Amino acid sequence: MAESADVVVAGAGPAGAAAALVAARAGLRVVLVERGPFPGSKNMYGGVIYPRVLDTLLPRWWEEVPVQRWVTRRATMVMTGTKALTVEFRGEDWDAPPYNGATAYRADFDSWLAGKAADAGAELVCSTTVTGLLRDGTGRVTGVRTDRPDGDIRASLVIAGDGVNSFLAKEAGLYEDWSVTHFTVGVKEVLALPREVLEDRFNLTGDEGLDIEILGGTQGIPGGGFLYTNLDTIAVGVVLSLAGLRDSGKRPEDIIAALKDHPAIAPLVRGGELKEYSAHTIPEGGMDGMPHLAADGMLVAGDAAHLCLASGIWLEGVNFAIGSGALAGETAIEAIGSGDTSAAALSGYRRRLENSFVLANHRKLRGAHKLILGKRAQTVYPELACGIAQRVFTVTDPQPKAGLRRWVHDERKRGGVRLRDIVKDGWVGWRTFG
Amino acid sequence: MNQDVAPLPGSHYDGLSFEDRMATVEFRVAARPHITVDSDVCRSCTTKACVHACPAQLFVPTSDGGVLFNYEQCFECGTCYMVCNTEGALTWSYPEGGHGVVFRRS
Ligand SMILES: Cc1cc2nc3c(=O)[nH]c(=O)nc-3n(C[C@H](O)[C@H](O)[C@H](O)COP(=O)(O)OP(=O)(O)OC[C@H]3O[C@@H](n4cnc5c(N)ncnc54)[C@H](O)[C@@H]3O)c2cc1C
Ligand code: SF4
Ligand code: SF4
Repeated sequence: MAESADVVVAGAGPAGAAAALVAARAGLRVVLVERGPFPGSKNMYGGVIYPRVLDTLLPRWWEEVPVQRWVTRRATMVMTGTKALTVEFRGEDWDAPPYNGATAYRADFDSWLAGKAADAGAELVCSTTVTGLLRDGTGRVTGVRTDRPDGDIRASLVIAGDGVNSFLAKEAGLYEDWSVTHFTVGVKEVLALPREVLEDRFNLTGDEGLDIEILGGTQGIPGGGFLYTNLDTIAVGVVLSLAGLRDSGKRPEDIIAALKDHPAIAPLVRGGELKEYSAHTIPEGGMDGMPHLAADGMLVAGDAAHLCLASGIWLEGVNFAIGSGALAGETAIEAIGSGDTSAAALSGYRRRLENSFVLANHRKLRGAHKLILGKRAQTVYPELACGIAQRVFTVTDPQPKAGLRRWVHDERKRGGVRLRDIVKDGWVGWRTFG
Repeated sequence: MNQDVAPLPGSHYDGLSFEDRMATVEFRVAARPHITVDSDVCRSCTTKACVHACPAQLFVPTSDGGVLFNYEQCFECGTCYMVCNTEGALTWSYPEGGHGVVFRRS
């Protein structure tokens, strides 16, 4: 392992690997340090990579990326205890390059992406934990300490891509108001099914895949559920507000179990053999949870910088990590080229993020997490939507159909939903998502 | 999964014990614990939130009001320190490089 470098990157997740790839391509000396035995070994997620961000970084990436299935159908299911209303969309062209999404195991995907950084000349060092920052007398970051013997690495710039718990961002004092309310925990089961059974069950042809996002299946704890199809496994899980879980007294695995028992989900997971159980936390606060992004001698990217986008029907973190990591790499090239890696000289990082999809989306969707994790979006509206659907689709002969206005009115009354709140949420929702 | 075991009424695990569930995950156990719990501090904790929130069920309440913790099958997720609101109860870090949880299909 090198004792010094231009850039040392902590964490070979998507953020760190992208940063290392971009910096190494420009000829910088880069060390990419990963604590797991291989990249991806510590990482779990729901299961879909949204790859647009790869098009410029790795042209024709789809010819080699290790994926499970190409996502051709995306569904959103709104559920109550016994009912479910699903909207499913089959995309045009999603079954052909450049594709819109793919399911993949992180052990495969992260290893592949970090391998690209290594191909570009970065030194990938696995099984090595960064244990702290090196600093000079002024507090400026000058490298990292690792748990290898003689494990210090000095560098002009440290890029922290060390994920949601980022000890490096905390150590550098970048998180001013850290709060548990900005985090959720995801737990999931990977269940094996014979490939033919899986394809019959989900109406899939060849390597096409389906993903289902679920709202309302989390026993009143703010959050959501998901079900994704891999080649011969399905991933089913829940994402739970940590404060909600804490106060609920419920166990995460029981919430998954209840979701799997729901009449709309049970037939989909029946007979699946548990292959891996996993858990990981998610930064969901968006702009509200974001730390400062730069210190003297250091940048933060990906989940470490709270850049994951989580807002109901969208859970996109890998693409945001790759996007921010790549921009951190570009900033590194510029700063090291000019011989100045002070926080002021690194301010171009934030500007780059603002001009990219990363912060543009976060700015636009600021507040979305509050709306989505609020009580009305979590339980009241799913009840309302499913209740109305129940009336629309129930044949009431010999009574004539009462009509949509009546049904909406009755369901609203039944659920105690005030028109005022619907209008208010609709307005906030429109301003946020519109 | 053991197909011979009929699901217990009210049990969601299709006959799979929590132990079997955790056995699906690979752990390369480090010699040194990466998380420590000060059970004396926990005795004054009224929520014991870690006990139900830890996805790996690694916190077990003891009869004297404290908790017993075992680090060996930890996902390194961070849930415990985030739900714990008693200062000084937990120290939390990552296991030494190459050790701890290894996910392959997640
Ligand atoms: C349940 C769940 C579902 C999700 N679903 C999706 C989805 O479907 N699609 C999507 O795009 N995103 C999803 N996400 C979000 C996504 O997983 C993250 O946003 C993304 O992984 C962030 O990438 P990263 O590189 O910033 O961090 P990570 O992927 O967490 O990578 C950080 C890396 O740093 C390493 N590391 C940490 N500390 C150190 C240290 N001290 N020394 C050395 N190495 C260290 C870790 O081992 C790890 O490899 C989901 C997340 C969860 C938890
Ligand atoms: S670890 Fe924290 S939450 Fe758990 S019992 Fe101790 S003080 Fe309470
Ligand atoms: S980090 Fe996660 S799995 Fe490990 S003890 Fe804490 S809550 Fe449990």
